[in-house]
Amino acid sequence: MSGFLDNLLNGLAVGSVYALIALGFVTIFKASGVLNFAHGSLLLLGGYLVAVLHDDLGFAGALAVAVLVTAAVAGLLDRLVLQRTGGSDPHAAHVQTIVTIGVDIVLVTDLARRIGGDLLPLGDPWGDAVTDLGPVTVADSRVAAILVSAAAIGGAFALFRFTSWGLSLRAAAEDAEAAALMGVRLNRVRTAAWCLAGGLAALAAVFLVAFPAPGLERTTGQIALKAFPAAILGGMASPVGALVGSMLIGLTEAFVAGYQSDLHVLGEGFGDVAPYAVMVLVLLVRPAGLFAAKGTARV
Amino acid sequence: MPSVPPDDAPALHVEKLDVTYGRALSALRSVSLDVPHGAVVALLGANGAGKTTLLRAVSGTLRLHRGAITAGGVRYGDTVLDGRDPVTAVRAGVVQVPEGRRVFAGLTVDENLRAGGLGLNRRAPAQVREARDRVLALFPRLGERTRQAAGLLSGGEQQMLAIGRALMAAPRLLLLDEPSLGLAPMMVDRIAEVVREINAGGTAVLLVEQNAGMALSLAERAHVLEVGEVRLSGDAAELARTDAVRRLYLGETADGAGGLDGRGAA
Repeated sequence: MSGFLDNLLNGLAVGSVYALIALGFVTIFKASGVLNFAHGSLLLLGGYLVAVLHDDLGFAGALAVAVLVTAAVAGLLDRLVLQRTGGSDPHAAHVQTIVTIGVDIVLVTDLARRIGGDLLPLGDPWGDAVTDLGPVTVADSRVAAILVSAAAIGGAFALFRFTSWGLSLRAAAEDAEAAALMGVRLNRVRTAAWCLAGGLAALAAVFLVAFPAPGLERTTGQIALKAFPAAILGGMASPVGALVGSMLIGLTEAFVAGYQSDLHVLGEGFGDVAPYAVMVLVLLVRPAGLFAAKGTARV
Repeated sequence: MPSVPPDDAPALHVEKLDVTYGRALSALRSVSLDVPHGAVVALLGANGAGKTTLLRAVSGTLRLHRGAITAGGVRYGDTVLDGRDPVTAVRAGVVQVPEGRRVFAGLTVDENLRAGGLGLNRRAPAQVREARDRVLALFPRLGERTRQAAGLLSGGEQQMLAIGRALMAAPRLLLLDEPSLGLAPMMVDRIAEVVREINAGGTAVLLVEQNAGMALSLAERAHVLEVGEVRLSGDAAELARTDAVRRLYLGETADGAGGLDGRGAA
């Protein structure tokens, strides 16, 4: 029984970190129609900044700087590179998607060179401490992941719902020209979406690297790949879908890992495949994802 | 015309406008027209005559369609509108209701109305509420459905919402693109009534219509566009009596179409 609860808590913790990534990914897609393949490298950048800055600034200071800088880099990437490619071509978003692959390669190569073969600690305050919650023992870092993610995601949803920017974003995603006619500045709205996504990715990096993970390595950014199926099975342009999808992926992963010994017929490392298997199963039943927008295709 | 008193100067001044799409397709050639303060001006013409293109040139959305102004200019009062973004037009008081309504289907009626005010600089909540109250007084039906998704409204209600959304920006000139398109005759009458009420409040209207009967009954002046050029201009009542307009826009074609989709000339 405690095994089940352990897996459940682990799944929720991992899922909430995926949700930070998937929510940013979906926000970018909603705002610009671009699939951001540079999301993993933005995450790696955020983690790297915390790793190199925490000695001088303390963990909280380093995290704040990392979130702001990663948000700024994402915003500049949109404003200075992506918005200038594709022009008025109707397939501009596709062109920009390909450009993000190039940006990802550049960023990852440079960061990997800096990180080298090392495992960088982020100096987070949780360390390897654990807390006993009744029948289960859970790592403090996982509790923190759940709480911080919930706060950040709640904040993001509040932005979507209650601010002018959120309304602009949702209106522009429904009908960009009609939104423009209302005086919505489409370019600014989408750049702000990129900034938000960048900040969330940097935040996610901290919890991906915290205990029980060993530390930041050059391949940490690849974990963002697991958040992609979460976004897709949620419906691609739906923040709620990204949230539900992430939890689904996180729980799947935790339970597959937890019951690995019972699942040996599936072979070693099925946990890595599981997110994609879940995605395919969900898409077979609901081809447009769990929370797909009614009757509209964004791409 | 700096020497003319502002009340007599045309509010919207379009002068010798050339518009081209994709660098090759000429959509407007040397089109000039004025909309005076507080007037209703009708713009008639068949599909593809360039009516919507003219509105795009005024509202600043040509770029979204790969179009550009290649000659001439658009001014509203002292504000130059050609080559500017849509925000400039909205802040100058010129707001367009797009053809086909284009409400934000997944947003609630209330959110659609709020979206209408997004282009203005920060406004006090009291001002927003006041604008909203005015719109809901004009369209009581919307008031009963503020929390409903706009996509669930009927066609007529969506048109009301599209107009109401534009009114949230407190326009001094409203650009209406085919507001009667696809609506039942009774709803067309209601739209005409709404245009009269909006105009009675001091807002000028540039009305693009294929329903020439309705447009000419509302407007003081009218212009007829044909393949990108102004063919006829003049007093709306006089134009309604000319042979060319009667034959082309009020004649059997309008009746024939009216039977099918309710766009018959009134």
